[in-house]
Amino acid sequence: MTTPSRSTTPLLELDRVAKAFGSHVAVEDFSLAVAPGEFISFLGPSGCGKTTTLQMIAGFLAPSRGTIRLEGRDLTQVHPSKRGLGIVFQSYALFPHMTAAENVAFGLEMQRVSRSERTERVRAALAMVGLAGYEDRHPRRMSGGQQQRVALARALVIRPSVLLLDEPLSNLDAKLREEMQIELRQIQRNLGTTTILVTHDQGEALSLSDRIVVMSKGRIEQIGTPQDTYERPASAFAAQFLGKTNDFSARIEGASPARIVAGGWSAPAPVGMRGPVTLSVRPERIGFSEEGLPGRVAARIFQGNHWLFQCETECGPAIVVRPNDGLPQPGEGEAVRLAWRPEDMSLRAGAAA
Amino acid sequence: MSAAATTTLPATPAATAPERRASRAPLWLILPALLLFTGIVLVPLAMTVLLSFHDWGQYKGIEPVLVLKNWHEIATDPYYAEMFGRTLRIALITTVATALLGAPEAYILNRMSGRWRGIFLLLILGPLLISVVARTLGWALLFGGANGLANKLLMSLGLIASPLPFLFTETGVVIALVHVMMPFMVLSVWAALQRLNPQVEHAAMSLGAGPLTILRRIVLPQVMPGVLSGAIIVFSLSASAFATPAIIGGRRLKVAATLAYDEFLNTLNWPLGAAVAVLLLLGLILIVVGANALVERRYAEVSP
Ligand SMILES: Nc1ncnc2c1ncn2[C@@H]1O[C@H](COP(=O)(O)OP(=O)(O)O)[C@@H](O)[C@H]1O
Ligand SMILES: [Mg+2]
Repeated sequence: MTTPSRSTTPLLELDRVAKAFGSHVAVEDFSLAVAPGEFISFLGPSGCGKTTTLQMIAGFLAPSRGTIRLEGRDLTQVHPSKRGLGIVFQSYALFPHMTAAENVAFGLEMQRVSRSERTERVRAALAMVGLAGYEDRHPRRMSGGQQQRVALARALVIRPSVLLLDEPLSNLDAKLREEMQIELRQIQRNLGTTTILVTHDQGEALSLSDRIVVMSKGRIEQIGTPQDTYERPASAFAAQFLGKTNDFSARIEGASPARIVAGGWSAPAPVGMRGPVTLSVRPERIGFSEEGLPGRVAARIFQGNHWLFQCETECGPAIVVRPNDGLPQPGEGEAVRLAWRPEDMSLRAGAAA
Repeated sequence: MSAAATTTLPATPAATAPERRASRAPLWLILPALLLFTGIVLVPLAMTVLLSFHDWGQYKGIEPVLVLKNWHEIATDPYYAEMFGRTLRIALITTVATALLGAPEAYILNRMSGRWRGIFLLLILGPLLISVVARTLGWALLFGGANGLANKLLMSLGLIASPLPFLFTETGVVIALVHVMMPFMVLSVWAALQRLNPQVEHAAMSLGAGPLTILRRIVLPQVMPGVLSGAIIVFSLSASAFATPAIIGGRRLKVAATLAYDEFLNTLNWPLGAAVAVLLLLGLILIVVGANALVERRYAEVSP
């Protein structure tokens, strides 16, 4: 996955943006620089302030503090209708009394694009989202997925400087959602439109984004590439939210060379840390081996292409995921030893909760 | 005639097979309601229709024979054409006026913040709690003669030089009817506004539309079915209104409802009164059903 170089001047900049509703702080100290062509995801649980942030960028909400800049220009006093952003709403918000083509054409009419060019661009936009031939359908006569595509075409046809998507796929069923994810990514790549996607689905954020902004309670927990945030979560929250993880209480023992010890498992410790630490490993990075953290398989669950083991260890419960590669696997009640490579774990100061 | 309220239900999508079976099962459950409806609506209605074909004479009273005398009289005497024309005209002007005033009223109301909205909603709907007779008598007092408050106000504002006749005129009847009917229009438009997705306006805004464009191209078309169903209710209620035309119009300015009343209770010519009432009902059913079909076809895509 390529990360656009950070040296390019940012297209969109949020500088210590905050939003309070009365005494309730919905977003706090939000700073982010989005490079041209980048695909950014805001990822976090419901109510963490994703939509609020997006609405401030769109201009439907005024920030309580901080500034938002687009191409270096302060957006604060710019009306939403003059920002030139493309927005896809969670409810799609199509114009119910207009056909698909009329919906898509609306933005172009507002820009006073000539009729012939309008017709051509509407046709191309609908074809791009796979809706050629649906020009004269009304939204009510379309499926959720098709309405979603019309909304996307309507937002993209005006060639927005930034495309804002608020949980656009959350109303679709799982299979359609996966198809739309792939399509969305392809369209975004082809057009090179800078995109911000709001989602609470970690899989969606991981598979689509160049960078993920992990949010919790109105604050940024971490900004990084999908791999970064998954493999080196900056906080317990980020680790828990981006897929399952195992937290073990461990200690840094001895000095030069210090070792990190979790029960029967140990490895050389990184410099600069001491005392109790929390050691975090993803379930699929743990293997069963001759030596390591001793434990016992409490439950073994078959899940088709992989096995899920729930183990009891002396450092607490652990989940282990092994691919179903046809080799024999430990059974329930069997004593095992868990091991992982030092580079597969992340460490945080303080004991596990 | 309040049946109009139920005729504007949006068409439901075709039921799937299991749903249809389920909806057939409890048919007998509506039997009591059906019996009641037959007893208190259909039977009297049939009797009224029958009555309209009976003969009547000053001294012989009602004769239960089948003649076309009453219908012939209505069809040929220009007095009835004028009276039905007036009834339709009053209903139509009232409907247009409530739509023009009520739709913006509902829109502004919908935009108000919570507390003010409550107060103004009460102001608009409050009259529904007062008898139509009381409200209309209020207008009669305001209109009353050259010394009526309405005329005094208009003259002191310099809008008119000499007092306008309001009592016993169509203008007066329309003004009072508009006031009486306004809540129905506001409620109907209000319901349509409630169904609007607020994000749709945001979507239009993000595509570059200004507030007037949003109002004209996005909000109005979606609210139109509400305006039209409100119009159907107001029209049928105004065309069959009795109290307001009776009080403001008096004995000089007859409409269908007051004429039927007079035939029944003053002249005691029940058959002629029945013919007038039946004609009014038929005319209203035709207009309402026709308008409703038009609305449903035109706005099938919008109605949720
Ligand atoms: N208009 C509003 N008035 C008051 N509180 C609001 C408003 N909009 C959002 N909030 C609050 O702000 C927080 C963040 O909301 P939101 O941005 O919608 O979360 P998300 O999109 O991440 O689910 C929530 O606690 C929500 O209750
Ligand atoms: Mg949200």
